[in-house]
Amino acid sequence: MKRFFLTVLRMITLLIAISIISFIMITKAPIDPLIAYIGTNSTISEEAKEEIETYWGLKDPPVKRFLIWARNIFQGDMGNSIVYKQPVLTVIKERFQYSLVLMLIAWICSGILGFILGIVAALWKDHLWDKIIKFICLIFQSSPTFWVGLLMLSIFAVNLGWFPIGLAAPMGKLASEVTLLERIHHLVLPSITLSMLGIGKITLYTRQKLLEILDSEFVLYARARGENTWQIVKRHAIKNIAIPAITVQFASFSELFGGMALAESVFSYPGIGSAVTAAGLGGDLPLLLGIAIFSAIFVFTGNLMADILYGFVDTKIVYSSDGR
Amino acid sequence: MKDINQIPILEIENLSISFHMYNKGMKKHKLEMIHKLSLTISSGEIVVVVGSSGSGKSLLAHSILGILPQNAEIEGTIKFCGKEMGTLEKENLRGKEISFIPQSVEYLDPLMKIGKQVIGVTKKSEKRKQQEKRKQLFRRYQLEESVAKLYPYQLSGGMARRVLISGAMMRPAKLIIADEPTPGLQKELAMETLKNFRELADSGCAVLLITHDIDLALQVADQIAIFYAGTILEITSVEDFMGEGKSLRHPYSKAFLAALPQKEFQSIEGSQPYAGNLPKGCLFAKRCPNRTEACEGEIEMRSLRGGKVRCIYAE
Repeated sequence: MKRFFLTVLRMITLLIAISIISFIMITKAPIDPLIAYIGTNSTISEEAKEEIETYWGLKDPPVKRFLIWARNIFQGDMGNSIVYKQPVLTVIKERFQYSLVLMLIAWICSGILGFILGIVAALWKDHLWDKIIKFICLIFQSSPTFWVGLLMLSIFAVNLGWFPIGLAAPMGKLASEVTLLERIHHLVLPSITLSMLGIGKITLYTRQKLLEILDSEFVLYARARGENTWQIVKRHAIKNIAIPAITVQFASFSELFGGMALAESVFSYPGIGSAVTAAGLGGDLPLLLGIAIFSAIFVFTGNLMADILYGFVDTKIVYSSDGR
Repeated sequence: MKDINQIPILEIENLSISFHMYNKGMKKHKLEMIHKLSLTISSGEIVVVVGSSGSGKSLLAHSILGILPQNAEIEGTIKFCGKEMGTLEKENLRGKEISFIPQSVEYLDPLMKIGKQVIGVTKKSEKRKQQEKRKQLFRRYQLEESVAKLYPYQLSGGMARRVLISGAMMRPAKLIIADEPTPGLQKELAMETLKNFRELADSGCAVLLITHDIDLALQVADQIAIFYAGTILEITSVEDFMGEGKSLRHPYSKAFLAALPQKEFQSIEGSQPYAGNLPKGCLFAKRCPNRTEACEGEIEMRSLRGGKVRCIYAE
């Protein structure tokens, strides 16, 4: 219970810190929200401009602006987005659905595929398969997401024409007319790009873990009792690697989130990531702060899950050495 | 007890085990850990292997089971019931005809329940039968039925020991290899464990027992094999090993016996040579009071007074 309160406290302080830092960064950014909003060649009169600035509160000192924002947050009002002209919460809700689908697909795909590739690489250690898998992992791990995204686009969307160039649905179609198949068709390239970001880590981790287990005494005993490699993997290895591997996968939430922002921009995918870019370029303070808080909670949850799972694995280790 | 006309269950002849290693500069070289070892165990017999730590006793056990690491190379022959065993034969025999009893709970899967581990891999159709067998064994080794539902870390030392023995008894094996099955056990429990081995031997098994509990082992053993720096220097009957050790053949055996705490607790100068840095000829020569130049030649195992010895001066 004490640990629970500490966790909550940690999360609250984290959120406060993130809001303050984001706020400072946005107010110091060389983007004038007004100009971003009306455009540089606008014919709006000076008076009208003044009016908008007062309405938005741009003339107030920053500390006051922040406090007003904070007070509203505690009342559950995240303000209105300048760019999308909608309440921030509505924007986040709507966009998060798209992002969540994308992230979940990438998270599960990279997890499962990485786990399998890791097992294959470990079982054929130092053979051709292992070398190929390790090579691919290192390439994936070291190539930037946006670059991979551009490459994907130019090969599969532009040159081959297999997939749409961007967005989450065909252009000019009503949302109610978009079929599931069309949605999936639009999801393929972004999810592959995002999966590639995470797959290297989980593969190499699984490989290493399985090698350790194959070297362990209980596998030696299993072999001495006549179990073959496949039976050992099935009976002993998978269970013993699964928990640490899932933990690592949860801990990679933050990277996934960062990668998502880039991938969404490249594919013009209408998720949280592209909203961040739009909000940043438009000096949209309420939306940016809202997304910052929201993503912090999201990543925090991922790490918390990893922590909890880690604790579980740890107790097992502690107990087993005690039980000698 | 011993039937001379019978083919021995395990016959090891001139077994050498070496490891391929890479040293500085990535140069590959061979490190020989076991040298020209010979050992025979017949049905109904317990052979106890003794010797100081790091002399390669576990390697011997692992090589019979074919579970050495990939970079190990084996020379010489290992015959099981008169038939030579290659990698394939070992794979087929282990867990069926050859049982292995490891040292500790560390050899059990930490995330699998004991009951399932004792049974091991079975066909679906035989599951029930094996479950019955497991229950029988648990009763025989005084393990409560609830132990089957525990995880390895929940076992006490004595329980773990009996669990591992039950595991070995699941399938009737002709050869049982036990690698230090008694360390850390109370004397009564250790004795009980060893008595179990005696029973198994009396029912026709061959038992290879690697142990440090020499006093206890002497009470159940038929033969003692004295291990030193990766080979067996002497194989002797228990009777010769008893008392002052006057009837022992090899000078190391005598020194070994004298060094035991329960005997004179007298150690001799020097230390066991390390693999890769072995002397020519007799491995014990450096520390031997009787050494001559002849000790640097090749020294073969020879029969002497019903035992075997690897020393040219033994009489």
